[in-house]
Order: sequence, then structure tokens, then C-alpha cells
Amino acid sequence: MARAALLGRLASRIRWQVATVRDLREETAETRTLVLDVPDWRGHLAGQHVDVRLTAEDGYQAERSYSIASAPESPKLELTVEHVPDGEVSTYFVEDLLVGDRFEVRGPIGGHFTWRVEDGGPLLLVAGGSGLVPLMAMLRHRAARGSDVDARLLLSARRLHEVIYRDELAALGDVGVSITLTREQPDGWQGFGRRIDAEMLEAVGPPPASAPRVFVCGPTGFVEQAADLLVALGHDPGAIRAERFGPTGG
Amino acid sequence: MPPISRGFGARRRRPEVDPARVPPGQYVVRDFPVLSAGPTPHTPVEEWSLTIDGAVDEALSWSWDEFLALPSETFTVDIHCVTKWSKLATTWTGVSVDTLLEDVSTEAEYLTAWCDGGYTTNLALEDVTDGRAWVVHDFEGDPLESEHGGPARLLVPHLYFWKSAKWLRGLALTIEDEPGFWEAAGYHNRGDPWQEQRYWGD
Repeated sequence: MARAALLGRLASRIRWQVATVRDLREETAETRTLVLDVPDWRGHLAGQHVDVRLTAEDGYQAERSYSIASAPESPKLELTVEHVPDGEVSTYFVEDLLVGDRFEVRGPIGGHFTWRVEDGGPLLLVAGGSGLVPLMAMLRHRAARGSDVDARLLLSARRLHEVIYRDELAALGDVGVSITLTREQPDGWQGFGRRIDAEMLEAVGPPPASAPRVFVCGPTGFVEQAADLLVALGHDPGAIRAERFGPTGG
Repeated sequence: MPPISRGFGARRRRPEVDPARVPPGQYVVRDFPVLSAGPTPHTPVEEWSLTIDGAVDEALSWSWDEFLALPSETFTVDIHCVTKWSKLATTWTGVSVDTLLEDVSTEAEYLTAWCDGGYTTNLALEDVTDGRAWVVHDFEGDPLESEHGGPARLLVPHLYFWKSAKWLRGLALTIEDEPGFWEAAGYHNRGDPWQEQRYWGD
């Protein structure tokens, strides 16, 4: 039998499961973390995502995909959702959802944009805005496992108050966290204050010679720019894993 | 019975599209999102070629100019991405895979599309013949941008869009069906959006 047919036959269908909202955390004015209880969750790898399905009272349904924010070691499944203007699902999640509400999830999905401590490092994570979510799952996984893999994070955000997980980022200890604020920097800001460029990526390191595993996530334009710069600096294109989200989302 | 999300649906989008054109679990977008697993390759057309090889009696190859000189078609189709967006009425110009395979003699029933950047995807020959697939170089009348797969990409609109490989450089015909990049990483081997064949086991 062809290998593909075999794969298809052996794999069981990933089923829809009911998720119950146990807690809601406001990360920024536009971003919220949903802490979910999913009985019999089959576990996930840092970097994977889930499909979600909402059902309205009249039976209307909408599906979207969201990155998982929590570490595989976390007892609860967490999604961090950014409000997309006019997005029917993200607006519901960020503005209307209450503790105790239920919806469906299906996953985990994705076998490429993932990292496990066993995969080793060094690790270079480059995030644009809420593209930080799956990368945070990797850093939380690293912390939960007590790993000392060399890890660097470069986060690009417009303004400081738009940075999600701010306190947690500051407490990450041995992770090299660099933040660039592209629109507005507070007085006394010590981080970068411009759009991502080659000089910034070199300063963040690790150098291409140390062959880091690179994960880039953010809006399309950001990822295109960051990945092009990384390739130009000499990073192996095959070692750069990218995840892009368009302006549409929902 | 799925749980009802109290209060959901009040902000429902009611796009003016024929619901019969939207596969299950999809929603319609107006822009053109980009999805790929790594950096975007930027291959100059002077260095580009398209090859048909693998289980064939004689391999074929076209330079960019030779490829552009092949009979082309302009056509309008709906496209459906496994990440749940669908884009209706997209217009492309390119060469039918039937045209590319016209002089190919093969026992193969499958092919692997391979690309700059290392991406691959597998397809049954019957999914890319009889006017069901093209290698396209223009989108909406303009040369295809590299982030959308330029200089040329495969277009197989009746399957999820990851089958429409960007930065296409060759079609390798195969006797056995060999899972490609996403097909080996949890995504469905065929990917029919109307059957919602998103992941393994669907």
C-alpha cells in the first residue's frame, strides 16, 4: 500500500471537543487570554495551534485557527486572542466571552512550527505583535522543563502598552529578551526604537555560525522582512520556520 | 449537539456571496493572506526553469521564456486555504498541466510538485489533468508576486491551497504516492475542501 494511504488509514480523526472557559486574562486593551478546560486534551507541542468553532443560537457556525499560548506542561489550555477590527470571532472572544462559556476546539494542529527542549538550540525567536503567542509557548515550555538552552527573543511592537505578557517577559531570567517599539517609546526606554533591521538582529544574536533554530511569527509584512534579513545575514533558510497571519484573521 | 455560544452571531458577517461557493468551515476574505513555512525565495527568472521528470521516458524542461511561449489560459476560480479563508473569483494566467504533460509518456499515477525553498506537495495525476490544474505566472493581470509564489506557482483550485505549491520548479512523476511537506506533517493527503479533508484521518 502506498505510504500516504497507510498514513491516512492509521491516523484517527482529530475530533471536536468542548472547551469551557475557566478564566480570562486581559493582556492588553485589545488582547485577551482564554484559559480553557478541555477534558481529555491529548496534549500538544509548543508552537501548535487549534481550530475553534463557535455555534450561535440559530445554528450558525464560524471556525478560526488560534495559536496555543500555554506550555505543553500547563494543566489548562490557553489561547491568546487579539481583537481584529470587524472580526466576528475575535471580537466575540475579546469583548463578549465570559467565564463558564463553552465552545468547541479541535487539535492540536501543525507539525512544523514546533519546538521541544529535546530539539536543542540555540533558539532565536522573532515576533511581530501577537505573533509572540506560539513563541511564548516555546519559552514557557523551556522554563517548565528547566532547560538552559540558549534562547533569544526579539519582539517588535508598536507601543509598550501593546506588548502582551509584559511582566512574564521581564521575569524570564536567562532568556535574552529584546523589545523594539516602532511607533512610540516611553521616556527612558532602554530597548530598540525602530523597525527590525539587520543591525538589530545581529545585536540580538545568536550568530548564524552557531546555527540557531529560528522561529518567526507575525503579520505577513513583518515575517517577510524578518525572514529576508535573517537569510541575508547568513542564516540557513532551511532552519528558519515562519508562521504568518494576514490582516484578515477574524 | 455543539454547545451554543451565548450571544455569538450578533456581529455575524453577511458577505454578499453565494453560500454554495463556500466549503464547510470556511469564511470569505477580500484580501489575499500569505501562508508559507519559511523565508520567501526570490529566484530571478533568468535562473528559473520548470522540469518534468521522475517516472517518465524522457525528462522535459522549459526556461522562463520557453514557458511563457507555451499556450496559456486566463481563468477565474475560487480558492480555499486550510486555515479557513476562501477567496472567490480570483483570476490567473498560466499554462494548463495538460499542456505540460502532452508529450510525456509515463506509468505514474502520482506526482510530487517541488519548489525553490524545499517545499513539496503530492498530488494524484487525475487531480491535475483534464483542465483541473495550471502553472500560473500572473494574478489579476500582473506578474505573480514572490510572496504569493512568483515567478510561477501551481494552481489546483479544487483542493486546499497548500496543494497549489508556490515557487514551483518541477513536477516529479511517481509510481507510489509520496506524502509532501504538509502531508507528512499532519495534513490530509488529498485535501478536498468540500469533504473538509484538512488533517490526517479527516
